[in-house]
Amino acid sequence: MSNLRFMARQLVKNPLSLMGIIIIVAFTIIAIFAPLIAPTPEGRWDPYLIPRDGYSATPQPPSEEHIFGTTQGQYDIFYGVIWGTRSAFRVGLVVIGIVVVVGIVLGSLAGYFGGLLDEVIMRITDIFMAFPTLILAMAIVSALGASLNSVIIALAAVSWPSYARLIRGDILQVREEDYIEASRGLGASNMRVILRHALPNAIYPTLIMASLDIGAVVLAAAALSFLGLGAPPGYADWGQLTSFARNWIVGPPGDPLKYWYAVTIPGLFILFFVLGWNLLGDAFRDILDPRLARR
Amino acid sequence: MKDLVRIRDLAVRFYTYEGVVYAIDDLDLDIRQGETLGLVGETGSGKSMTALAILRLIPYPGRIESGSIVFSDRDGGSELDLLTLSEGRMRSIRGNQISMVFQEPGAALNPVFTIGDQISEVYLLHRRRELGHRAKQRVDSLLSDGGGVAASAKRPFWRWQRRLYNKIAGESHPIEPRLLSHIPLFRRLLWRLRDEARSLTVDMLKDVEIPDPARVAVHYPHELSGGMKQRAVIAMALACSPKLLIADEPTTSLDVTIQAQMLELFRRIKVDKGASVLFITHNLGVASEVCDRVAVMYAGRLCEVASVEEIFLHPSHPYTKALLEAVPMPGKELQTIPGTSADALNPPTGCRFHPRCPSALPMCEQERAKLKEIGKDHMVACHLF
Amino acid sequence: MVKAVDGVSLAVKRGQWLGLVGESGCGKTTLAKTVVRLLKPTSGHIYFDVPDEVKAEIEELESRDTNSGKLTSLVRENDLATFSGNMVRLFRRHAQLVHQDPFTSLDPRMKLKDIVAEPLRIHRILSGEAQETAVKELLIRVGLSAGQLGRYPHQFSGGQRQRIAIARALATKPEFIVFDEPTSALDVSVQAQILNLLKDLKSEFGLTYLYITHELLIAESVCDYIAVMYLGRVVEMGRPEEIFHTPRHPYAQSLVAATPVPDPKRRVGRIVLHGEVPSPANPPPGCTFHPRCSRASDECRELEPPLEPISNDHYVACFHPL
Repeated sequence: MSNLRFMARQLVKNPLSLMGIIIIVAFTIIAIFAPLIAPTPEGRWDPYLIPRDGYSATPQPPSEEHIFGTTQGQYDIFYGVIWGTRSAFRVGLVVIGIVVVVGIVLGSLAGYFGGLLDEVIMRITDIFMAFPTLILAMAIVSALGASLNSVIIALAAVSWPSYARLIRGDILQVREEDYIEASRGLGASNMRVILRHALPNAIYPTLIMASLDIGAVVLAAAALSFLGLGAPPGYADWGQLTSFARNWIVGPPGDPLKYWYAVTIPGLFILFFVLGWNLLGDAFRDILDPRLARR
Repeated sequence: MKDLVRIRDLAVRFYTYEGVVYAIDDLDLDIRQGETLGLVGETGSGKSMTALAILRLIPYPGRIESGSIVFSDRDGGSELDLLTLSEGRMRSIRGNQISMVFQEPGAALNPVFTIGDQISEVYLLHRRRELGHRAKQRVDSLLSDGGGVAASAKRPFWRWQRRLYNKIAGESHPIEPRLLSHIPLFRRLLWRLRDEARSLTVDMLKDVEIPDPARVAVHYPHELSGGMKQRAVIAMALACSPKLLIADEPTTSLDVTIQAQMLELFRRIKVDKGASVLFITHNLGVASEVCDRVAVMYAGRLCEVASVEEIFLHPSHPYTKALLEAVPMPGKELQTIPGTSADALNPPTGCRFHPRCPSALPMCEQERAKLKEIGKDHMVACHLF
Repeated sequence: MVKAVDGVSLAVKRGQWLGLVGESGCGKTTLAKTVVRLLKPTSGHIYFDVPDEVKAEIEELESRDTNSGKLTSLVRENDLATFSGNMVRLFRRHAQLVHQDPFTSLDPRMKLKDIVAEPLRIHRILSGEAQETAVKELLIRVGLSAGQLGRYPHQFSGGQRQRIAIARALATKPEFIVFDEPTSALDVSVQAQILNLLKDLKSEFGLTYLYITHELLIAESVCDYIAVMYLGRVVEMGRPEEIFHTPRHPYAQSLVAATPVPDPKRRVGRIVLHGEVPSPANPPPGCTFHPRCSRASDECRELEPPLEPISNDHYVACFHPL
């Protein structure tokens, strides 16, 4: 337990990691209290559908009614970014969750047992890694039909190989340690050795990568939505909002930044979300390395 | 015999996250000219730190808090306090007048350079003038040999080279070669220096009893065995004929039979090179093989210093006695020292050894004892005397 | 192909403290790990607690060179080398290994109580409170206090960690413990404590020890019987006093001579062995020691000397013993 306390203290000491924590906590609060911050209008059954105030294509600047203005199609930006936080967390956490689990299972089997199993699993990861990730994700989403769930499936499918590789490498290293041999010497079964000894010691680099990747996944999801291959139109998703602003990035000549709010505000939300996770991931990496050295 | 190194009141502390560690506390130690002094102690005794303090290589978060380490400098014969020197001056002493051999032979050697290159580097760094002088002499012999058309064509070039090497041999900061060494292609014109360094390297390898030194010089560290690597490291340390060689557990990671060869080598070095050796070890047997005097440390302080015969025949400090009793010998009962080694963060008050000492007096908890001379060249820090 | 262990025949009697002495590359660690089946032998038999009659029967059937079903079944039941998963697991309750490096043999992310309780959990011995009591007793028995159950390995010193490893090895009440240089990473005073602890535990629990070390002094101080290994083979076996005072194999002799003793008078007349230990991947033909031996003859260069008795309970593998 003193380990956790030490880690927590290190996390807070570093100003950058502190900033990361604050950002993520802020986003979490927004996500949890979304119904209070941006209440769903009466009669709507799906809170993720952004309320529209008309059907005009031209975005409207921020006003009293629409704090962040409206984007193309008169979708309320404020509502969109607030509920989009929930979507971002959902996409990020679910994708990383799936990917880490799949990666751990396949990676540890490959790393611990080696031999034919290792070869087979590694060749499968090779096949997946041979495709450019975004292209493959796009293909999968197209095949499954645009929705946030297909985005999640697609991103999970293209991200798991690097995790399997990473865990396999770390397990390969840990496998040679004396305490693993000692456990086998006690009569432990392979399952026990992997679950109780190898994995807990090998998991840290993976956790670091996972926290850094949550931001990357959200970015990728936003990219897919921007290309129209993501959430259905009108869905509260940051990528969606930026895709609506696609035609309004540059305003009329003479006032090119007229519709800045349409693209900048969703963009800022994406930026800070990714930044927060990146800072957190970096902080994890920093404290876990010297901690190992401290021993 | 004048002392080579005089350490007085040395204190080294480590400011760690958990607290302050008194790695070395009030140390007074002398290393005499030409002697092999053994520094014996267990983990946490501060013996390795003493070596690092002499070389001013204490790692962060450690700091040399106080004290003086007076060293008789070779050039000029004056006495310098190593702790007050500038880093630049200290660098010119490291590897040159004081050099160190570490425990892991593989760790001190760079795996991507050959043995010969690494040893030559020491010569090129510290012995440039001598190399220049030798190179100049070689060019001289070329010039005087004369004869041949090819030779006469090269003459002016040689004359220029001679001037160059003369400069290196003469001045301490010659401008021309320094400028040359910064221009990539022209640097190669100083190849004679490297040549001379290489031949000195081969001689040095022969001195440390490496078989077929010319061939070994072009090998990489991973191609040599542990014993060979350690000899190479010793060669590197002895390259500039240092006045003080510090050896930190140099034989601990070697096999027993190889260790025996190494100890022979150390004995020979003492005779041939006349250098003083600070031999750090936790193995009392090794200390008795190689050392003239032995100093025993515990928890950062000196317990006892005496000649090797005195220490083993008449050990006086309770810790020294206990340590000797704990060495396994055939047919002897193993005596253990009760308790555990002193906690580095919260050391016992007064004498650090008193909680484990069978003859502890009440005053041992209050006050630490000063080093007292109890016999011919035999000093003990204990209230019993 | 590296012949780490080349045709070693060794017997450890019940209650004996057998010391296996040798330098790096001699195969002692490989032998130790093979004896507890952490490594699988390429060939040969390992008999753990098998009655003499059974061993004799197996030998007889083998010499007849028939491929009988009886032979296979006998071997499969008694030869540790051929045991399968479950049988190995059962074996592990009776034989344990203590590793050399206390800094890496304990899982750094496990608490002390889990480390010592693990063998009990694996073999489902005791549970709940009874298990916790057993763990506490084990810790007290090896000299640690029971109040440190919640700590992690890195909070302990080397000597304490080795004690934890010993407690863990004792958990299933084994009869046989193999020690792989357990004190080589420890200070002299700590080493003495551990050795005395091992002595006490052995007499209290009636244990049998196979003790690997490269330090002859330790072996001679605590062992009942010593086997000296060189490059995968046993070159001499005998009682400690005999090996120390009258070694008969040239290698054993140079080993004794090369071992430093804290006695300044004992420096003269030392026989320093020349050359390096050859790599086990490329052993010299015949007697593996002949390149460094001052008594080597042609016979030594071609033939491998067998391990033969030279006096009561004293064996040497040499054509020209001292």
